[in-house]
Amino acid sequence: MNALILRISARYLSPILIGVSVLLLLRGHNDPGGGFIGGLLAASAMSLLALAHGTASARRSLRVDPRTLIAVGLLLALTSGFPALFGGREWLTGMWTLPELPLIGAIPLGTPLWFDVGIYISVVGFTLTIVFALSENDEEEAV
Amino acid sequence: MNLLIVLPVLLPLLTGVGTLLLRSSTRIQHVVSITGSAGFLASAILLLVRLRDGGILAVQLGNWPAPFGITFVADLFSALMVLLTAVIGFTVALYSIAAIDLPRIRYGYHPLLHFLLMGVSGAFLTGDMFNLYVWFEVMLIASFVLLVLGGEKAQFAGAVKYVTVNLLASMLFLIGAGVLYGKTGTLNFADLAFKLAQNPEPALVNTSAILFLVAFGIKAAVFPFFFWLPDSYHVPPAAVTALFSGLLTKVGVYALMRTFSMIFIHDMDFTGPLFLVLAGLTMVIGVFGAVAQGEMKRLLSFHIVSQIGYALMGLGIFTQLALSGAIYFTLHVAIAKAALFFVVGYVARRRGHTNLARLGGLLRESPLVAVLFLLAALSLAGLPPFSGFFAKFTLIKAGLEASQYAIVAVALLVSMMTLFSMTKIWNEAFWKDAPERMDTDARVPAPYLQAGDKWLYILPIILLVGITIVMGLAAEPILQMTGRAAEQLLDPAPYIRQVLGRMP
Repeated sequence: MNALILRISARYLSPILIGVSVLLLLRGHNDPGGGFIGGLLAASAMSLLALAHGTASARRSLRVDPRTLIAVGLLLALTSGFPALFGGREWLTGMWTLPELPLIGAIPLGTPLWFDVGIYISVVGFTLTIVFALSENDEEEAV
Repeated sequence: MNLLIVLPVLLPLLTGVGTLLLRSSTRIQHVVSITGSAGFLASAILLLVRLRDGGILAVQLGNWPAPFGITFVADLFSALMVLLTAVIGFTVALYSIAAIDLPRIRYGYHPLLHFLLMGVSGAFLTGDMFNLYVWFEVMLIASFVLLVLGGEKAQFAGAVKYVTVNLLASMLFLIGAGVLYGKTGTLNFADLAFKLAQNPEPALVNTSAILFLVAFGIKAAVFPFFFWLPDSYHVPPAAVTALFSGLLTKVGVYALMRTFSMIFIHDMDFTGPLFLVLAGLTMVIGVFGAVAQGEMKRLLSFHIVSQIGYALMGLGIFTQLALSGAIYFTLHVAIAKAALFFVVGYVARRRGHTNLARLGGLLRESPLVAVLFLLAALSLAGLPPFSGFFAKFTLIKAGLEASQYAIVAVALLVSMMTLFSMTKIWNEAFWKDAPERMDTDARVPAPYLQAGDKWLYILPIILLVGITIVMGLAAEPILQMTGRAAEQLLDPAPYIRQVLGRMP
């Protein structure tokens, strides 16, 4: 497919979508959002690229195999449970720190965010594994 | 250390992630898979050792208190089932090295195998109805893919039935959970048992009880919901069928035993006889189906159905001895069945097919495998000194003590028929001479096995047959343990106290 409007708009839209997806990820602890929704949005940004520029190009801009992302994401989510054990709490208990940053002030950082980042990455990986596999199948048939 | 409960779920997940990350090398995947399942086995043994005297462990994940957060609970029954999962998982991982072909491994066989194991042990350890649903789904999604992996036409035909029926079961499960939540405002097992004991509401509770009965009945392949099983279980490779037969239906049995001994206990006059009728019909229909089959995998698949009836019989009689027998039986049948399916996989590799009429001469060709098959088959049929004898003996003794003569008669008759169909396999595949014209299936590249591969096939069979013999010889201590597990099922008060931290 070679649609000029789609290609141009994809170029500008996908970075915005990815930015919004990170925003969703970060606000997810107390507001609607989180790793799952954020991951889906980021995956849809990549799918838009795949639609506009072809799957091969989208794969190149992702740089890693989406299946690796699934594994890395799961590993992150899994390991986020362990800091609680060092504090003598049950596995997966949320642990927080409040680092002081210049200009911004104190921001709460905790294992729930760590967990959510893992979910975000594995959702991106999982969705893109499916999208790429299906669209490559399609492109093969079209040729 | 409370991590002990979480480890049987964490380790398979970690192994799955490891095999996914290291997917470029088949050899490394095998190493990770074996190491991971050995670790899983070790954690399951530690859990059982910790709980062997009848303790109960509960952990509130994320430190959210009991009825609100996710609770993991392990009593002796859970610990035994987790150990079973680990044993089957380990032997299947071992068997898969030689028995699973390269394309399947490339498409992610190993990660799926371990995600499935994670789902199964999660289902055995969770203390929450909705969480149980989630683990069911984890397990099912992995099993859907394992079923079609390889992309043969028969696999898709089997998978369509499997997926449709299991999704229907999941839906009923969810509706049942919804009704229960609407009534009680909780889905935590302990909290449910506590609230329903105080305020039983027969109409709504019975509605959800029947929904759960159908949902779990479908998963466990109980009559009349068994038809999907023989149609789908024979299509994947034997390693996968062994895994499914050893674990998936047993999760259904576990869920039935857990919920109908703890939550839905207010209408025993109705559920008891109902379970006995279903048990009898499941046994009989399953074994008749099996006798009529001429293909090894299909024959054994029908036997899975038939054997489920025995576990259900224990639940229907509902005495301490009967539940003890049902637990022992579930452990025994999963092990013996997996061994038999491993033998089938070996036969399929040697001959390229498993059609009894065209087999023969295997006794002369591979005497060791023939003997192993015979031991596992006799154990399944219930001959002493194997585990099957003590499992059936306990159940029948419990039936006689409870004056349930009809089900005892059916159970004995079905045992005879089981023996008959096992001798049919023995005669056709092993004893009779090989047919004149040796026809091998074109899809299988080489019926010839290298020596190393051959032992990778046989070693897991030896392990499982060894376990069934040991379970028979050490029946006394094991039955004491399952007896304690049954006592825990009959008296949910300590379980509730452990989870909620207070007494009803």
